[in-house]
Amino acid sequence: MSEAQAATMDRYEVPSVVTGRMGMWWFLASEIVIFGGALVCYLLSRWHHPDWAESAAHTNEVIGLINTVVLLTSSLTMVLAHDAIHHAQPKRALRLMGVTVLLGVCFLGLKALEYTHEIQEGYTPLKNLFWSYYYFLTGLHALHIVAGLVAIVTVMRGLAKGKNSQRVEYVGIYWHFVDVVWIFLFPLLYLAPKI
Amino acid sequence: MYYTQQEHHVGFWRRYLFSTDHKTIGLQYMITGLFMALLGGYLAYVFRMQLAYPNESVPGYGPVGPDAYNALVTMHGTIMIFWVAMPILVSGFGNYLVPLMLGADDMAFPRLNMCSYWTFLVSTLVLLASFFVPGGAMSGGWTAYPPLSARMDYTGVEWGGTLWILAVALEFASAFMGGINILATTLNMRTKGMTLYRMPIFVWMQNAANLIFMFSVGPLVAGALMLLADRTLGTGFFMPQQGGDPLLWQHLFWFFGHPEVYVLLLPSLGMVAEVITNFARKPIFGYRMIIYSVMASGILSFIVWAHHQFVSGINPRLAVGFSITTILISVPFAIIVFSFLATLWRGSIQFKTPMLFALGMLAEFLIGGVTGIHLGTTATDIYLHDTYFVVAHFHYTMFPVTFFGLFTGIYYWYPKMFGRMMSEKLGWLHFAVTFVAFNVIFIPLFRYGLAGHQRRIYDPSLFENLVPFQHLHVIATIGTIALLLGQIPFILNFFGSMKWGKKAERNPWNANTLEWQTPSPPGHGNFDVIPTVYRWPYEYSAPDREEDWCPQSLAPATAKGVKHV
Repeated sequence: MSEAQAATMDRYEVPSVVTGRMGMWWFLASEIVIFGGALVCYLLSRWHHPDWAESAAHTNEVIGLINTVVLLTSSLTMVLAHDAIHHAQPKRALRLMGVTVLLGVCFLGLKALEYTHEIQEGYTPLKNLFWSYYYFLTGLHALHIVAGLVAIVTVMRGLAKGKNSQRVEYVGIYWHFVDVVWIFLFPLLYLAPKI
Repeated sequence: MYYTQQEHHVGFWRRYLFSTDHKTIGLQYMITGLFMALLGGYLAYVFRMQLAYPNESVPGYGPVGPDAYNALVTMHGTIMIFWVAMPILVSGFGNYLVPLMLGADDMAFPRLNMCSYWTFLVSTLVLLASFFVPGGAMSGGWTAYPPLSARMDYTGVEWGGTLWILAVALEFASAFMGGINILATTLNMRTKGMTLYRMPIFVWMQNAANLIFMFSVGPLVAGALMLLADRTLGTGFFMPQQGGDPLLWQHLFWFFGHPEVYVLLLPSLGMVAEVITNFARKPIFGYRMIIYSVMASGILSFIVWAHHQFVSGINPRLAVGFSITTILISVPFAIIVFSFLATLWRGSIQFKTPMLFALGMLAEFLIGGVTGIHLGTTATDIYLHDTYFVVAHFHYTMFPVTFFGLFTGIYYWYPKMFGRMMSEKLGWLHFAVTFVAFNVIFIPLFRYGLAGHQRRIYDPSLFENLVPFQHLHVIATIGTIALLLGQIPFILNFFGSMKWGKKAERNPWNANTLEWQTPSPPGHGNFDVIPTVYRWPYEYSAPDREEDWCPQSLAPATAKGVKHV
């Protein structure tokens, strides 16, 4: 614990959660409501439109499945990086976070491939409402992946200089959240009943 | 303005513009908000003139066309809610006061705080820019109901509407960051001895407001992205002919829009609580009961939204449920207001300017609250919906909350912010004109609203049944002009007192809360002596003390003498 931290501990009532972690959790709480709202809109609409099953049949569940595995693995390496920080092994943490970034980029690449195929076959966001929702939800999620990658790289740069190792945990929490969102999107968009 | 040694090395730009000091950021929010209030007031003046004297050239604007009329009303609503009430009540006073009241040096995340203000300023500039793009500003109503808002050719407004959505989204992002900061500051940066139940009511209210905001706005953020796609790409999320559902937007909008009322109301009530208990020189009545009522109303505020949609074609059985919750939510607010009245009872009341505005806020808000019952009840709402009765009700809630609330706060904390006292005489004049003129505007609106006068009518003289009410339109417009002129004493007072006001000591109102223990104005880092808290903030007129106040940081003389809540 640094001197500044010790002074802060003495200055204020003892907090139950570290401030940085709490900031991240409040941030995720608001993110959950955003994705929650978007998913509820989709679910309500899907209920009213059984015919969407026909459109949903054209999603590529093989790439979806591979991407699920890729993203889950990236969460695993992220947890291991946090564990490495816990054991004061910043080099190992950096390597593991590097793997996370690679897997994240891999996810985006596969997603881009998927979009390309769909658009070439005419399934654009304007095809019908199912595809509008599909691009909206997966696009919003992909943007979060991009933001997560930028955040991880920023934390890695700090870590390489030996600074702010506590941020590995915070960015990790965010990465797991983005992962969990995909866990909801994959079955609801790709696996829900098809004709 | 600030003289402490820590800031000697900080240049002008870092001190006044790119500052991470919560007090500077709070003032930046307030000044931006007050500037936008002038703009919002000007827009109201223009469309009120059109209503009173249809199709005549408005002095200071020129002739108002029907399209411009729609844009004026839309932008008036948008600006007053999102660019005046939000930044001043929540971000402005929240930033300035919460760390001071908790005995903290700054917010939990000072740089995030600066980022939130600059995001807000960008949103302001985007909104102002939308007035000048081809096609003019957004004209689809401040609620942006689709399909009207979802296609550019329906209103003829092109980029104005798109920029409007963008500006509102940026404003939400800014409020998100501010909210996270306030919550983290309250939980982690309370000085020694400041337990949760020793926090001033205002801090409780700020936290409740930010929680409500964070948990209600999310779905609308998603909805705004969908609306943006509808507008720019041509998707059909809210377009019935493409399988979309315009009602969905109404649900998303009001799931946020109704809690938003409480997001604004609570900080305002918090300031009123601080002022009332001080100028009644009495402990606040029912401290814990007020806090529990805030929690109850916070939860209830999430299940009342569909009372805005009784005539939108929702299931009548659902409507009954929302009627019940709507009437129910008046209970916690009645408890709060009665607690305030009980605080006044047998107090030695001092009618200083902040107290006038605080009492004015309660009196006017009461009318807003009571007329809300008529609109929350399905049977009467079906008749009253979309009439001027709704407009009058809405303004009887939001005007006192926003303007009486912010004036309460400014008159009360001005000595702390600028180190000078404001003029009481100008304050009285400002209050008298504002109070009377406000009622002159909106009592006529109740009258012709009850008679069935619809909102959103550009030229009432075209409708035979509305012609008998034309003189009421004229009265309301005269009230509007009086209200705007009535702000001149405030502007003179605000800027004049910075130079000519009497020098303020640390604690000019003999208040208990911690912000009054700092120098006026506080320097960077706030406290010259780090305070420890020994008691709750409302120990006024304690019988065992000579002075009738007792600062929270005053150590008890004997261990036995400590009074706990």
